[in-house]
Amino acid sequence: MYAALFKVLPGPLWLRILLAILLVAIVVALLFFVVFPVIVPFIEPLITPDPTAVG
Amino acid sequence: MSDTSLRPRRRRPSRGASRGLGIVGVLGELLITAGVLVFLFIGWYFGIHDAQQRAEQDETAAALSDQWQVPEPTAEPAEPAPVVVPTPEFGEGYAVLKVPRFGPDYGTIIAEGAVLSVLEQHIGHFEGTAQPGEIGNFAVAGHRTTWGRPLNLIHELKPGDALVVETADGWYTYRYRSGEIVKPQAMDVLLPVPRQPGVEPTEAMITLVACHPMFSARERFIGYGALESFTPRSDGPPASLAAPPPDGA
Repeated sequence: MYAALFKVLPGPLWLRILLAILLVAIVVALLFFVVFPVIVPFIEPLITPDPTAVG
Repeated sequence: MSDTSLRPRRRRPSRGASRGLGIVGVLGELLITAGVLVFLFIGWYFGIHDAQQRAEQDETAAALSDQWQVPEPTAEPAEPAPVVVPTPEFGEGYAVLKVPRFGPDYGTIIAEGAVLSVLEQHIGHFEGTAQPGEIGNFAVAGHRTTWGRPLNLIHELKPGDALVVETADGWYTYRYRSGEIVKPQAMDVLLPVPRQPGVEPTEAMITLVACHPMFSARERFIGYGALESFTPRSDGPPASLAAPPPDGA
């Protein structure tokens, strides 16, 4: 899957590596600033094991 | 693609085997991706997310402090005895804890009630324990990690460090004395004289309760302090809010 994605990238090897890093950075940024803030209220109840714990 | 001649073609033994491996391969890659996502989330949650919440709590606390500022200090004589705060409504943010050791901009609102819903945004005051300035034990709890981690650095407090509780009336400067690690069941840290049942309190104490070790709720880190002075609002911010010596000199 990722190998196929890498093959689709244009240009010489160095450019593809650069593009791949860029794509990963974009995905991580989207996760950090869009996806995670939206899903965190749904996940927090699941990771608070003991409701009486102070933390 | 023009570069096929440069790179040796890798061929799998047979088409059927190749297709089977392809599906398993993609599935494997998806699973690895899911694993990476989980680790990314954990890193984000304890790093970026918590730092954002910390900044938000500092801001809301600063905004509450600002509300209490008097335009110009009136030069009336200082009251000798600290004003004791009347018991606030449950969940009401009625004070701000400022700890110079935690940073110059550090501030967290103290709200009535040490329950999870309060602790998600504030430091919670144990209901029934003394109020700021009152003889007895002003006991509060805050998260050590997550939810803005207000007491994250409790273990870095040095004896003599200022724990300043600001209210509408002024500033109560408590001085940190000592810390200890106890089991979560050790409710006697909340007694008027901590850990000494039946003893009549003679001074105004502050007790900070946070989780220990970090990222766990197995034990509690308790920090004790005692009231040193009260500075009425009309006198302006006390000197105890200044930065502490770098490492408890």
